Amino acid sequence: MIKFSEQQLQVPKLMRPVYLVTAGQSKFDRAFPDKRTEELCVDALTMAADMLSMEPAELKKYIHTCYYGHFADHFGDQLLGEAVIHDRLGLDPLGNIGVKTGGATGGSTLWEAMKAVASGYSDCVLAMGWERMDEVPTDEGNFLISCAADKDWEGPLGHIYTGYYAVMAQKYWQVFGKEEESFRRTLAEISVKHHGYARFNPFAQGPLKITVEDVLKSPVVAYPLRALDACLMSVGAACAIICDEPTAIKLTKNSKNKPLRIYVTAGSHTLRPADRRDMEIPLLPNETAEQYKDFGKRFPGGDRYPGFTGFLGARMAAWYAYRMTGIKDPTEDLDVIELHDAFTISDVQTYEDIGIRPYGEGRTYVESGDCYHTNPHTGKPGKLPSNLSGGLIGCMHAVGATGIMQTFEIACHLWDRWAEMHGDEKRWKEFNRKKPADWTDLQVKGAKRALAISHAGVGSHVTATILMDPDHLLKKDA
Amino acid sequence: MSMFGQVFVKNNQYKIKGDFHHMTPNTPIRDADNGWKLLGVTNPRDMTYIHSYGGEAAFFEALSQGKLMATRCDNPKCEYKGSVYQPFRIHCPDCLKKNTVIDMTDIAKKSAKVHTFMVCERSGAFNILEKPIKFINIEFDGVATILMSYLSIGEPAMGMRVVPIFKKQGPTYTILDLSWVPAGTKENQLPEGFSF
Repeated sequence: MIKFSEQQLQVPKLMRPVYLVTAGQSKFDRAFPDKRTEELCVDALTMAADMLSMEPAELKKYIHTCYYGHFADHFGDQLLGEAVIHDRLGLDPLGNIGVKTGGATGGSTLWEAMKAVASGYSDCVLAMGWERMDEVPTDEGNFLISCAADKDWEGPLGHIYTGYYAVMAQKYWQVFGKEEESFRRTLAEISVKHHGYARFNPFAQGPLKITVEDVLKSPVVAYPLRALDACLMSVGAACAIICDEPTAIKLTKNSKNKPLRIYVTAGSHTLRPADRRDMEIPLLPNETAEQYKDFGKRFPGGDRYPGFTGFLGARMAAWYAYRMTGIKDPTEDLDVIELHDAFTISDVQTYEDIGIRPYGEGRTYVESGDCYHTNPHTGKPGKLPSNLSGGLIGCMHAVGATGIMQTFEIACHLWDRWAEMHGDEKRWKEFNRKKPADWTDLQVKGAKRALAISHAGVGSHVTATILMDPDHLLKKDA
Repeated sequence: MSMFGQVFVKNNQYKIKGDFHHMTPNTPIRDADNGWKLLGVTNPRDMTYIHSYGGEAAFFEALSQGKLMATRCDNPKCEYKGSVYQPFRIHCPDCLKKNTVIDMTDIAKKSAKVHTFMVCERSGAFNILEKPIKFINIEFDGVATILMSYLSIGEPAMGMRVVPIFKKQGPTYTILDLSWVPAGTKENQLPEGFSF
């Protein structure tokens, strides 16, 4: 589609307010030779119950339907894996359904869960996501991931998803990055930041204290992208409990968790970048058509939209989400975000798609220091900290769980429980990980509104999950 | 003696012969750090799928004959009538009427240029292309979309003029039968089995 009808641009509206009351996650790692997937899911649900100061059995009594995000049956070699997990969680005979939208599976699972509550079908639902990516070695894993590309037109070309993705990165690198060494260093800085924040996250698989030079010296995967520019391949589970207002009040009665309003929207674009057609940029509330009039002049080669440099799916998820919740300017209206940093360069592309920066200027979000917990240039809090979990590069990408992990992370900030969940010595020991001597509390002080972007493949599915403290909404009827 | 699985169609039914799976025994996975206790097992699996190209079969057949086929919407009621699609789309994405199959080999020879590219040092299992793989995305005059393929000779660059080559000898009947070389490349420089 290259033109939208009025009906297609309808701003989504929920039939009643929907709340996130708790969330939980397992340890994330490249492999768990000693644990079945269900054990990881039980860990996540137990943690979600703990956050409410409840026993899992008590929390389960409230759950009415279940939404399970699990990207790849062929990775886990188990069809109907959702039924296995559902049974092992002891939730039969409740209705449940599997959700599969590639890398956006976690976000899409929350999207479905939110709608179940908003419609009145259920007062309380479980959204649980996981991925088992250790049942095959990495080469075979790359083959399985490449099955998410078109199997006749793209798959045989190397069976390597990085290649299908990185052609877009190359275009961005040349047109908007102008092949500048300074831009290459900015990309490397993102990897340093995300591996660095992962050091303070006991759940994270990829903590590293590295420098820009380390990233620039890591092996080339697909020039200009190097091994340390890429996300992890992970195993793990994450979950969230989504409720209506009366249930949210009951469930949080004895907890530090304040029920948070949750809104999830979704966008999509072609599975094959090859099928993209030119169109006008759908504008976010903080943009004007005027600012893109001379776009092709400022960035020669960048005049096609979305071309191979923009993620229209992300743009549309943000388009719906901002209008739904009253966000005018994400940098001003949000306090903390988690983005789908599959690669350092796609992190930059997403800054533009969701309006943190105008198209073509994404790099300035990093270079200004706005994306940090503490701005390295000023020593003051970053304007809009991103990926304090470590993101997909530093924390994990257990695909079906990723969007839910991001939501757990931003919720911890809004609950003012980040330090408690990430700093507890017991958790570090339980995960057999060493808490660093310079562990730092990354709690974003006073956070009231947050966003997580969950993204599939080359942008085929993207969701935007927004959490808000109900006392700090931007739009009363949202 | 085992034989690769082969398939043909008779009376619109698949007729198969040969082996479509190969047996390999499973083996235990044990913990070397913990008294070699059992942790799991390997599950070998080697299977051949039977896949239909459906309405795209004409495209893949034509590659082996040195032709690049595309499709065009000719529905007079469609707002985007006249749009040409490469990759080949069976139906118009707007009106959903069946597209007309057209031969765009000459358009490709005269106007193909690299929109973007990627030199990829890695591959997944089952890859048969030589590494590094030079992915190229190709734009054509008058075509609404941008085809992904691979460059067989030289180093890719944006805006570079390229021409298609086809694996007419020993075709695989997959997208790998189509590749590209810089404009001006001589026939005797082409990879084995390929010609213009």
